Amino acid sequence: MAFLTGHSGAGKSTLLKLIALIERSTHGQVLVNQQNLTRISKRKIPYYRRQIGLVFQDHNLLHDRTVFDNVALPLIIEGENHREVGRRVRASLDKVGLLSKERSLPIALSGGEQQRVGIARAVVSRPPILLADEPTGNLDPDLSRDIMNLFEQFNQVGVTVFIATHDLELISTLPYRQIALHQGRLAQQAAQ
Amino acid sequence: MKGLSFNFKGYLLRHLQVMLFSLGRLWQQPLSSLMTATVIGIALALPAGLYVLLQNVNTVSDQWDDASKITVFLEQGIQTNHGEKLANDIKTWPEISDTIYQSSDQTLEEFRHLSGLNDLLDALPKNPLPAVVIVTPDENNVTSESVSGLLEKLQALASVDQVQLDMEWLQRLRSINKLLERGIGLLAALLSLSVLLVIGNTIRLAILSRQSEIRVMKLVGATDRFIRRPFLYTGFWYGILGGLFAWITLIIMMSLISDPINDLTSRYSSAFTLQWFTGFLLLVLPSIGTLLGIGGAWLAVGRHLDNIEPD
Repeated sequence: MAFLTGHSGAGKSTLLKLIALIERSTHGQVLVNQQNLTRISKRKIPYYRRQIGLVFQDHNLLHDRTVFDNVALPLIIEGENHREVGRRVRASLDKVGLLSKERSLPIALSGGEQQRVGIARAVVSRPPILLADEPTGNLDPDLSRDIMNLFEQFNQVGVTVFIATHDLELISTLPYRQIALHQGRLAQQAAQ
Repeated sequence: MKGLSFNFKGYLLRHLQVMLFSLGRLWQQPLSSLMTATVIGIALALPAGLYVLLQNVNTVSDQWDDASKITVFLEQGIQTNHGEKLANDIKTWPEISDTIYQSSDQTLEEFRHLSGLNDLLDALPKNPLPAVVIVTPDENNVTSESVSGLLEKLQALASVDQVQLDMEWLQRLRSINKLLERGIGLLAALLSLSVLLVIGNTIRLAILSRQSEIRVMKLVGATDRFIRRPFLYTGFWYGILGGLFAWITLIIMMSLISDPINDLTSRYSSAFTLQWFTGFLLLVLPSIGTLLGIGGAWLAVGRHLDNIEPD
């Protein structure tokens, strides 16, 4: 588990996008899990992305579908069978504490709950890597701490978690590596 | 093998789910879906209706298969044995394959049957119709150029009043039919193109209104094929519904014109009934609609999905 910090415009989001192949590098190369991303063709991108769970500041939920359907999306895309989808979606929602809201529409949930739905969707297909871009950006400190707790739990079961954030106060209390960017370059690393 | 068949079943199941999901989407906006399907239906019904009418005209003209026969009208008051002898003489000519002698009574009977003018004929004091010899030229020896020589030769015979080639007006009718057929074909092609574009445009709007959804799906690893599928099924539904609408429109139009047409035909010949081709069209219209629907959706999807990338 590691944090990515830096001012706005330092390149935090760009780095995450490069890792998720939302953007492609113009120079150099990106290596993820010993895969050279410059060599992944456009057609192969979807399969690569399935190894990565993405969490966004603005959740990116589908507002015309229930919480259950939102979380189920990655599994349905992978063609998972019906029973397995139900089982894993519920396990994932249980993990983020929203099992009782599976029938709700995202609009009926609070910001913190929507973010947890986003996290449930990101982890439902059990990706080895979890990327989060300002996951606590719109949340108050208590909720932010809850969300970080959740990420820690995933990390403890073996998921690589990489979080871009400028909530330095919050992460200073956490014992994880911090990577700071400045104008697109690595400025400093602090391992704690 | 077991695993394979299981996967295949899952694949079919997923397709079925997307199919019903797309139908559900259309159902959520019943009015606009209905309007699109109606536009497609009308566009398909027009050429189909013209096709049906043309087929009926063709059936009628095919019933007169005496196209290449020559009718030789004999002078009034010719005796039957004289007429039969004449017919047999003509039959021996090399350019003739067959002749039939028909007395004036038989001619009257045939006319009575075809025209349905019973009362009028009964009112006549005597049979006004002449005896005829119906001459079938040998197609191998007579061309459309040499037929006029044959006509003159027949005309020159004693006791022949008039010679008439039955072919000309029928040939004209048939070339008019051919022209109409071509015209309907062109019309059908143009209207099909418009159906393609209507569906393409509808799907394009659907794609644009679902941009954010498509972005999210791409972010969680959806392949282009997965994203494309519901839109193609939407096109499929529009097409098949449009085809059914076209069929229903056609049935309604036909039932509206069937009374006047039957009325008209009953004044000429009782033998003719209008053919509907309902079963055939029920098969063909939705099939064409489906093809156009998927084709139009494919055009729209191909053009627009690539442009939507997560940012």
